[in-house]
Amino acid sequence: MNDSFIQINEISKHFGQVKAVDNVSFEIKEGEFFSLLGPSGCGKTTLLRLLAGFEYPTSGNLLLDGSDITALPPDKRPTNMVFQNYAIFPHINVEKNVQFGLRKLGLTNDEIIKRVKDVLSLVKLEGYEERYSSQLSGGQRQRVALARALVRQPKVLLLDEPLGALDKKLRDEMQLELRTLQKEIGITFVFVTHDQQEAISMSDRVAVMSEGKIQQMSSPNELYKNPQNIFVSDFIGETNFLKAKTDSKDGEYIIVNIEDLGSFKIKNNLNISENASDVICSVRPETMMIDKEKSDWDICLEGKIKQTSYLGEMTKFYVETKEIEKIITVSSQYFDNQSFQDGKCFISINLNDISLLNKK
Amino acid sequence: MLQVWKSFYARSDPAKAYSLLSPALILVTLAMLIPLGLMLSFSFFTQTSFTEIDYSFTITRYIDFFQSNLLVSLLIKSVKISFIVTFVTLLTAYPVCYYIAFYVKKNKMLWLVLLTLPFWTSYLLRVFSWKIILGTKGVINSSLINAGLLSEPLTFLMYSETAVIITLTHAWAAFALLPLYVSLDKIDFSLIEAARDLGLSRLETFWKITLPLSLPGIIGAILIIFIPTVGDYVTPALLGGTDGRMLSNMIQAYFGKVNNLPLGAASATIMLITVAIVTMIVSYTTKKLTQRIS
Repeated sequence: MNDSFIQINEISKHFGQVKAVDNVSFEIKEGEFFSLLGPSGCGKTTLLRLLAGFEYPTSGNLLLDGSDITALPPDKRPTNMVFQNYAIFPHINVEKNVQFGLRKLGLTNDEIIKRVKDVLSLVKLEGYEERYSSQLSGGQRQRVALARALVRQPKVLLLDEPLGALDKKLRDEMQLELRTLQKEIGITFVFVTHDQQEAISMSDRVAVMSEGKIQQMSSPNELYKNPQNIFVSDFIGETNFLKAKTDSKDGEYIIVNIEDLGSFKIKNNLNISENASDVICSVRPETMMIDKEKSDWDICLEGKIKQTSYLGEMTKFYVETKEIEKIITVSSQYFDNQSFQDGKCFISINLNDISLLNKK
Repeated sequence: MLQVWKSFYARSDPAKAYSLLSPALILVTLAMLIPLGLMLSFSFFTQTSFTEIDYSFTITRYIDFFQSNLLVSLLIKSVKISFIVTFVTLLTAYPVCYYIAFYVKKNKMLWLVLLTLPFWTSYLLRVFSWKIILGTKGVINSSLINAGLLSEPLTFLMYSETAVIITLTHAWAAFALLPLYVSLDKIDFSLIEAARDLGLSRLETFWKITLPLSLPGIIGAILIIFIPTVGDYVTPALLGGTDGRMLSNMIQAYFGKVNNLPLGAASATIMLITVAIVTMIVSYTTKKLTQRIS
C-alpha cells in the first residue's frame, strides 16, 4: 500500500476574491476510504472537483500515484466521479450509460460486455439494462452512477455527496453497501459530505474543512473523542462548551479555572504549557449523568429541566443550572423521564470526560 | 339547471379546456380554416377570362403547375433557399446559445434581450437596411472600392439569391435563438462533466451528449425558420431581382396583376403540401440521425 497515493501539495483555488480552497496540503493512502467533511461552502466540493479535473488550482500541484496530474483534463485522469445528482445520461439506457466510459479504453466487445455485466451485478442492477433514467428510483440511479464510474476501474473514485438525495432509511443502507463495496474492490474512495454521521460511519479517515482550510484530519474515532478545536467539536456530534482559563501545568494534567464552576485538574490533551490562556472545555452530552438524586461524581450541579425532546432510543434534556445557562444532556431509554418533580435534577460530570479545545 | 351545468363544468376537464381555447378556436376558424378552405376550393376552378371564373371541379390547375418549368423550378428554388437560410441560421445561432447557456453566469436574460434588439424594428425596415448595406453603392461595395480592394462593385451582393439568403438569415436569427437557448439551458452541466469524466474529449462530448440533448431545440428552430421563409415574398421582392425570385412572388402575381386565382391557389396548396412533407422528413431524419450518434 502506497501511503502517499494522492498528494495534495499547497493547493489553492480562488474564485475572484473568494478563497474556496486555501493552501491545503495532505496525502491520501492507497485503498483508503477518505472523507472530506464540512458545511456548505467550506471548499470540500471544490477540492473534489480539482481532483477530478473540472477545476484547475490557482496554485499548488496534485500528484496521483507518483505522477503530476495538475494540468490533465478530466478525460485524461485515472479518476472517476459519482455526481451529486448522479448525472445519468437521460437519452440512453442503463446499459449504454455504463458502457459509455469503456469505448475509449480500447477493449474488445467481449470484454466490454463482461465488464458491464460484472459491474451491474456488483451494484445489484441486473435486469435493469434496458431502463432509462426516468424509469429508475433515486437509489437505482445512484447505483447506475456508481456502476458507470466503477466499470472503468479507476485508481480513485470521487463521490460528491452521492447519498444526499436519498431518504434516511435508504441512505443508511447505502452507507453500509458503499463501505462493503469499497473494501471488496479496494479502490481508493474520496467521499465528500456535509453529514458528519455519514463521514464518521464510513471512512478510514476524515478531513474536516471550514473556510477552505483543513481543520482536522484523523480517524473518525479520534475526531469524535479528541477534536482539536471548537469548530470540529461543534461540527462532529453535539457538545457543551465551557469557558476556562488555564492555570499551572502538572505532568499530563493541567489545572483549569472553569468560569463560574471553579478549578479542576483535567487531562492536558492539547499539551498547553502557558499559564492564563483562554481555552474552551468541551463535555459531550452522553458522558454526563442526569438524575433526581445527588451523586458522588467529580462535579455535581443542581439544575432545572427547561425542555426535553424524546428521540426514541434516548431523551435529550436542556437543563439550566445556577452556574451554567444551558446544558444539553441525554439519558438512555431505560431512564424514567417522568421521575423529575418540577424539573428539578442533578447533572453529574466526571473530570475525565472534559476535554480542552483551542479557541481557534 | 344552472346548478347542473355548474357541477358538470367543475368535473369536466374537456369543458374547461374548450372554454379556455374558445377565443383561439374562433380566431383560427375565421382567419385560418375558412380562408384555407376557400383557397383549396379555388384551386379546383378555372379562370375563363379576366373577370370570370368557371366553378366546375377540375384538377387541371395542378397539371398546369407541374407542366410549367418556371413554377417547378421556383418551388425547388424556394425550398433550396429556405434550407440554406435554416442551415446558416442554425450554424450561427447555436454557438451563441451554447455560450449563453453554459458560460454566461449572470444576466442571461439581458444577453438574450440584447441579441433580439435588432428585431425591435420592423421587418420591412430591416430588409431596406440590408439594401443599403448590400447595394451597388452600399456600405460593403463603397468601402471595398474606397479601400482600393475593388475597382468594380460586387454585383452578386444585390438583387440576387445571395442577398435573399443573407437578409432572411438575419431576419429569422432571433427566432432560432430562443428554442435553441431553452433546450441548451435545460441541459444539466454535470452531464457534460460526466462525459468528460468518462474519457470523452470536448468534441466527442458535444456529439454524444450536448447535440442529442439539444435536439428538441434544433428541430424547433428548423421548423420556425424553414416554414415561414419558404413562403416569404417581401425579401425576394425587394432584394431578389430576377435571380432571387421565389414561388411566393409568383403566387402573389397570380392573385394580383396576372389575375389567375385558381392557378395561384393551386400553387399555394402545392407549396403548403411541400412544406408539410419537408418538415416531416427533416424532423424525422434529425431524430434518427441523433439516435444513431448516441
